[in-house]
Amino acid sequence: MSDMVHLRLDGVTRVYPSATQGRAPLHALGPISLTLKQGEFFSVVGPSGCGKSTLLDVVAGLAAPSDGSVTFEEKQIAGAVPDGVGVVFQEDASFPWLSVYDNAAFALRRAGVPEQEVRDRVEPTLAFMGLTSFAGAYPAQLSGGMRQRLCIARTLVTRPRLLLLDEPFGALDQQTRLLMGDELLNLWRETGATILLITHSLDEASMLSDRIGVMSARPGVFIDVVETGWPRERDSRIVSEAAFGQLTGRLWASLRDQSIKALAMAS
Amino acid sequence: MTRAGWIRLALIAGALALLEAACRFGFISRDAIIPPTVMVQGAWHALRSDETRGDLFLTLQTVGLALVLSLVAGAAIGALLHKAPRLRRVLDPLLASYYAVPTFVFYPLFIVLFGLNRWPLVAIGFLFAVVAVAINTLDGLSRIPRAYLRTAAVMRLSRSQMLIHVILPAAAPWFFTGAKFAVAYSFIGVIAGEFVVSGAGIGHAIAFAYNSFDNRMMYGLIVLLFVVVGGINTLLWSWERRLYARLAGR
Amino acid sequence: MPVSPDADPTAAAERIERRDHGPLIDTMLLVAGLIVLWQAGSLLLGREALPSPAATVMKLAAILADSDFPAHAWETARAFVTALVIALCAGLAIGLALGANRLSGEVAEPLLVALYAIPKITLYPVILLLFGLGISAKIAFGVIHGVIPVIVFTMNAVRNIKSVYFRAARTMRLSVTQTAFTIMVPAAMPEIISGFRVGFALTLLGTLIGEMFASQRGIGYMLVRAMETNDTLTVMALAFLLVVLATAASTALLALDRRLHKRAMPS
Repeated sequence: MSDMVHLRLDGVTRVYPSATQGRAPLHALGPISLTLKQGEFFSVVGPSGCGKSTLLDVVAGLAAPSDGSVTFEEKQIAGAVPDGVGVVFQEDASFPWLSVYDNAAFALRRAGVPEQEVRDRVEPTLAFMGLTSFAGAYPAQLSGGMRQRLCIARTLVTRPRLLLLDEPFGALDQQTRLLMGDELLNLWRETGATILLITHSLDEASMLSDRIGVMSARPGVFIDVVETGWPRERDSRIVSEAAFGQLTGRLWASLRDQSIKALAMAS
Repeated sequence: MTRAGWIRLALIAGALALLEAACRFGFISRDAIIPPTVMVQGAWHALRSDETRGDLFLTLQTVGLALVLSLVAGAAIGALLHKAPRLRRVLDPLLASYYAVPTFVFYPLFIVLFGLNRWPLVAIGFLFAVVAVAINTLDGLSRIPRAYLRTAAVMRLSRSQMLIHVILPAAAPWFFTGAKFAVAYSFIGVIAGEFVVSGAGIGHAIAFAYNSFDNRMMYGLIVLLFVVVGGINTLLWSWERRLYARLAGR
Repeated sequence: MPVSPDADPTAAAERIERRDHGPLIDTMLLVAGLIVLWQAGSLLLGREALPSPAATVMKLAAILADSDFPAHAWETARAFVTALVIALCAGLAIGLALGANRLSGEVAEPLLVALYAIPKITLYPVILLLFGLGISAKIAFGVIHGVIPVIVFTMNAVRNIKSVYFRAARTMRLSVTQTAFTIMVPAAMPEIISGFRVGFALTLLGTLIGEMFASQRGIGYMLVRAMETNDTLTVMALAFLLVVLATAASTALLALDRRLHKRAMPS
């Protein structure tokens, strides 16, 4: 992790204008200010509906901030997706009409990359994600975990410098999640990418991150940012350390009231 | 063949055998229904005649034209409605009433518009089929998971790339369903039109045979029609199964 | 040019709310638009080919006021209602039976699909020969048109009932009839009603077509007479009447459909 600032958010707010008269516009997010160093692993935890996914949309350039600015690699992002960003969504976004290999190659082919280079990048990525033997299979024949691996592989192939993950393991069972967490850390170290992970699992955030941002209920703002202090060479076995429990406890202490508030808002 | 397939075959064979017996032994009057074997004879006899082949070809041509037009227009209308959800909600109750009116009552209007040729029949088949295509296209487009579109946006695809490489393949299964309906409805529209008002085509031939009390010819033609329509539908159905198998992982 | 799709999850909710206020105005706008198109078409094509809306409505009023009309209307209504009751009841019963048993559903489906695709008008001579001229032929024709969609929809509705409902019924130790009436029917109701809507329209169509050939009375008969004498005005007036009636019935059924769907599924 270098000291260079990779991603900066300054007072970012997102307000959805009201669609009907007489209704207040929806203040979904912010103001959020955040600085991510190059190669950092940052997680965001928060109660449901706090705007975590909106945050991801704004950072990815899928939505423009209503106020404030987002700067990636010294350039402003404003509602347009910049080069070098990859996103993995919670829902399975693998294309069922393409094989695993074709899914992984999709982005490169659309960008006009020559077929030889496509092969040179796709094959090692599939190997890295453990998908080589499934290269000719179709997503419908794979399990949920494999499909998420495919989505990750598809993003990795484009060599993103900033990787955004929106609850990527949400649909998986606990044990698979822990193992996928290990793989994610592996991938992070191999690529040196900056990672922004959105998760509702406190364990996951505590285990994986360099820093964790705790979001309030809507409109989401950071009420706490915790440094984990973990070494770079870490894996899921750190869950047995005392510091892990303290970390999760601290997160919940900040989060509990917000979650109760969010639950009340939803009903 | 699957177990269900065998059972189906047995059921159909059984029903036909029953009908054959009922006709041969006089339980059913020959003026009403003739034995299936005689029907098949009639079909074979009809097929050998140039006139029938000509009628069949003419009907198929007309149906084909109606089909192609309905696929193109239906897809366009479906896409349009997708972008205008308000319009769609309002049209919903009108859709059911659309099918309640025998569209071929407008045949005279079409004759005025197109002249005394096959085009009024094409128009009728088209009107029957286009709505089904539009509805299914609309359905397919609205079912495309948001995650696909957002993934494509993150990959920075252009609008046309997104359309060709994501939207079209994702909506294809539903469009195919619409196409299946379009085939059925085009046949129904054209043949109903021929039956009622036209001087040529299979529908007309059946009506003519009926009016001439030529039961063997009439049933023969009906059987022939069933075979053609059934054959086309079976082809479409098995094609669809293969398409879905890949998508559903079987 | 990269495209940013609408990534706003709350806008969907706003849109749904907005819809509840708009439809009436939208419907009126649409109807007004259609009338304008109609009038334009009438001017373009000539009054003999396409009578104007005003002329059509006046002719309809005249027809309705005519002393002969009630007899015709009654004839059609008689045939239609009988056909509808038979189609809906038989369709429901057959559909439930086929849907409840997995094998029977599998056997029946291609047969039903094939029957649906056949131009039933070609069976018309067969029906005439079987039932003779008269009301039974009309009813038969209405039934064969309408019963198939009811069967198909009902069958699918039953097949789609989540198996967990049946398991829940067993844990509650419900009898077969209790399961059928308190779980199966309510669970399948929304889709069954959808089938009824389609069945309604097609039964009406079938009855009318039957009337066009098999009868000396009824609205279908009036239609065919008007067609034969090139009385376009009467054709339009009757078609207009049918559209209005079918739309009214469809709207009522649609409202019922929506209410049931809202109950069945959270929006």
